[in-house]
Amino acid sequence: MTTASLRWPLRRPVDASGIWSWITTVDHKRIAKLYGYTGFVFFIVGGLEALLLRIQLAQPESSFLTAAEYNTMFTMHGTTMIFLVVMPMAAAFMNFLLPLMIGARDVAFPRLNALSYWFFLVGGIVLYSSFLFATAGAPQGGFLGETSTALGKAANGGWFMYPPNSGPQFSPGTVIDFWLIGLLVLGVGSLVSSVNLLTTIFNMRAPGMKLFRMPVFVWMSMVVNFLLAFSLPIVTVALIMLYFDRNFGTLFFEASGGGDPVLYQHLFWLFGHPEVYVLILPAMGIVSEVLPVFSRKPLFGYPAVVFAGIAIGFLGFGVWAHHMFASGIGPIAQVAFGLSTMTIAVPTGIKVFNWIGTMWEGKLKFTVPMLFAMGFVAMFTIGGLSGVTHAVVPSDWQQTDTYYIVAHFHYVLFGGAMFGIFAGLYYWFPKLTGRMYDATLAKLHFWLMFIGFNLTFAPMHWLGLQGMVRRTETYAAETGLGPWNMVATIGAFIIAISTLIFMANWVQSRRRGAPAPMDPWDARTLEWAIPSPPPEFNFAEIPQVTSLDDFWHQKYTEDDAGRPVRKPDADARLAHLEEIGHNPEHRPHLPAPSWFPPLAGLAMLFVATGLLLHASIVGIAIGLVGAAGLFLALVAWSREPLEEEVSAHE
Amino acid sequence: MPVFAIAAVIFILVEAAVVYAAFKFRDRGDETEPKQIHGNNKLEALWTIIPALILVGIAVPTVSAIVDLTSAPDDAVEIDVIGHQWWFEFSYPEGITTANVLVVPAGTPIDLSMTSKDVVHSFWIPRLAGKRDVIPGQYTSLYFEADEPGEYWGQCAEFCGLSHAKMSFRVRALPPAEYTAWLQAQQQPAVEPAAGSLEAQGRDIFLGRGCIACHNIKGVSEVAGEVPGAPDLTHFASRNVFAGASLSIDSDDDLRDWLANPPAVKSGSFMPNLGLSPDDITALIAYLRSLE
Ligand code: HEC
Ligand SMILES: [Cu+2]
Ligand SMILES: [Cu+2]
Repeated sequence: MTTASLRWPLRRPVDASGIWSWITTVDHKRIAKLYGYTGFVFFIVGGLEALLLRIQLAQPESSFLTAAEYNTMFTMHGTTMIFLVVMPMAAAFMNFLLPLMIGARDVAFPRLNALSYWFFLVGGIVLYSSFLFATAGAPQGGFLGETSTALGKAANGGWFMYPPNSGPQFSPGTVIDFWLIGLLVLGVGSLVSSVNLLTTIFNMRAPGMKLFRMPVFVWMSMVVNFLLAFSLPIVTVALIMLYFDRNFGTLFFEASGGGDPVLYQHLFWLFGHPEVYVLILPAMGIVSEVLPVFSRKPLFGYPAVVFAGIAIGFLGFGVWAHHMFASGIGPIAQVAFGLSTMTIAVPTGIKVFNWIGTMWEGKLKFTVPMLFAMGFVAMFTIGGLSGVTHAVVPSDWQQTDTYYIVAHFHYVLFGGAMFGIFAGLYYWFPKLTGRMYDATLAKLHFWLMFIGFNLTFAPMHWLGLQGMVRRTETYAAETGLGPWNMVATIGAFIIAISTLIFMANWVQSRRRGAPAPMDPWDARTLEWAIPSPPPEFNFAEIPQVTSLDDFWHQKYTEDDAGRPVRKPDADARLAHLEEIGHNPEHRPHLPAPSWFPPLAGLAMLFVATGLLLHASIVGIAIGLVGAAGLFLALVAWSREPLEEEVSAHE
Repeated sequence: MPVFAIAAVIFILVEAAVVYAAFKFRDRGDETEPKQIHGNNKLEALWTIIPALILVGIAVPTVSAIVDLTSAPDDAVEIDVIGHQWWFEFSYPEGITTANVLVVPAGTPIDLSMTSKDVVHSFWIPRLAGKRDVIPGQYTSLYFEADEPGEYWGQCAEFCGLSHAKMSFRVRALPPAEYTAWLQAQQQPAVEPAAGSLEAQGRDIFLGRGCIACHNIKGVSEVAGEVPGAPDLTHFASRNVFAGASLSIDSDDDLRDWLANPPAVKSGSFMPNLGLSPDDITALIAYLRSLE
């Protein structure tokens, strides 16, 4: 061991608390918190961007934002909410829960897990540093016509970033390059994480935790990570091609040079549609955990819900061109993709019906997680049904690019994904923090958010059907679209207020909330079989799993009528689990913290800077330093002694 | 659209089930625990098969509608559409080029062949047809028919840069006889203003201040090169809107603001601020309004 520390300039860090312990952590629970808090900060930023958009649209012919600012705001709002909020929030849940739910002490590759987080952070920083360092420009020969403000200095081509509009000729300046590089870095982080989490699910399960004994959340995470592993490379290719078109004069998407702008659309949506399921499936998993617990019944049709999730994952790769029904892809493709899109409604319907079946004849306890989960079922259904209407191609020719679509995907991604995330945040709050949230404030949060959400997005259905197109900063007063837009804006502010209540509750309760017991909800899965918050090593003894909902069956048997009866020794069993969680016989060995993931992240920041400044010598130098640093960090990482024990664990 | 009716029915059923369950099965504080039902194969098969059948029911008319809407009949009137950042140009086989107002005969099938000079746009007349993208390097076609004479609103529906919001247009459907008259009028060269009039002054400014570098006025100026990047003004005053149909030709203010500083009215516009004096503008407006 002394030789190890002689060989290594960087000993494995030993701090157990303080900022350096967070920076060097490889503990999946801490990394989950890093993901969650960072994602929430971006949620606030993306939300503020949305409020600016809504203020601009509240009235016809408003001039609150300039066209340039508006275009930047909607591009960044979409990019932020997808890549910097819902994905990292889902990553937070998967990080925290997967090892706990399958009875493991950590993920398969703890340091890689940290690396994913740092790449995510660097990607987000690159995206947003655009506001400080990038330049926006009018297309060649065009004239901005308004002073370009700080608010307009980030990507402005829409989150789909179609060329040629995002190409060098029509979007000079560097805002798009910041966006491309930021997304590429984010993509690397997600790809690494997907491989890590898949390995975790397949290799780290506790004895007896067969695949069909896994909680549905674990199943949905598996599907999500397969989707990421297969779809991220596609968009990476598209982004790199666009980066080359913009920076090195290639003509991949330049029609006048024999390139094809529609090719980009195919590549983008070949990623973009699976991405939709990447965003929604974790929430479906969460809801499938929450509903049974608060209905006091097992999930109705567990195998069907699992298979439906897998089917959605597979079908998700065969429907991308429904985003391009108006692109002149020809009638054969239109028919094929219209039909394949319809088929997705079947597994989606199965899920919704099974969730209702779970509640049916249950004993529903309206805790806040349950309210959000039921809100999810109610709202997601609306988004799903409007989705089916897009599959009717001639109908889609009218709806596409209108506010009807905006309504549709907000019902899926806000009423769906975000409601699911909030359900999960409240449900696992006791496990995460060891304290209970304030139920009154939380209920206020739910109802305000539910009302605000519907006020904001329901009117967009009619606005869209009346012909209001997306991504337009202004509309004429004669169109009569004003009143409903005003309603939507009021709704957006109600959402904002509800979010403030959520934050206040969170900050208060994690410090001063009532102490949470180990199993406050009388739940069914393994994460509740350890103290709240979980000890660093999760499980003092690796559990032996004998059935689906193993923890429930440790507590309950069934009488002849099939009703649960609490086992006489259940309380003693819980007390024992709690006791060994706090005072294990011997402390399990854990992976030690490491400097190399954050260092690799820092090096990646240099690489990204180099890619952005490649036109100057200084920029190239920075990039090379970053590349060398990244290489060295990874080499050192691979040679880092695994067994260098840390006193804190002893 | 039957799909909306079906969606509405399913919507009501599902939401009603959620609300019913919330009331009926809420925890009443008693001791009885619910039966632990793990599923029901028959029910689950049912709610797999029924939606599948409904979808088949939706799919059949969808497919036939796609086929019907795809090909225009042979006797359709053919018009070319060219998308520019941020206005649409229309050219007719008769050699007419106009912008922002698409004039068509009512009750006749129209077959548009569309391409773009710059980025991807999307051509949409909500009340007459679905969207169709307008893509550089490709020709897409759109087929529609205006049953009633009248004016229809249209808009670019694909985000195409700074002033995408101000890339709209109008469709003016004329009774066939009026359409023929319109075709004839449009083929004439521009009106010649009387010597010494304000209009003639305007024409001289037009010739002297560089407008001819970009704009065609048949009989007055021809832009070198094939397709100019600016609207043809030969019969400017026969239209009612300009600048991507975001401004009105009847409005003095609109025309003044435009000629004084186009990019201030329409961000990113490719028509520069030419530093025209108020008097120049007055004369130009008189001239432009005379171009019937
Ligand atoms: C550099 C090229 C250029 C020059 C020079 C130019 N224009 Fe334009 N003009 C344009 C473009 C491009 C448009 C379309 C702008 C849009 O709608 O976004 C336009 C639009 C117009 C329109 C509205 C046409 C319509 O139907 O929408 C008028 C009127 C007009 N210009 C008048 C003039 C006059 C008068 C001059 C000279 C004083 C002039 N232009 C000089 C490029 C030019
Ligand atoms: Cu899709
Ligand atoms: Cu557009």
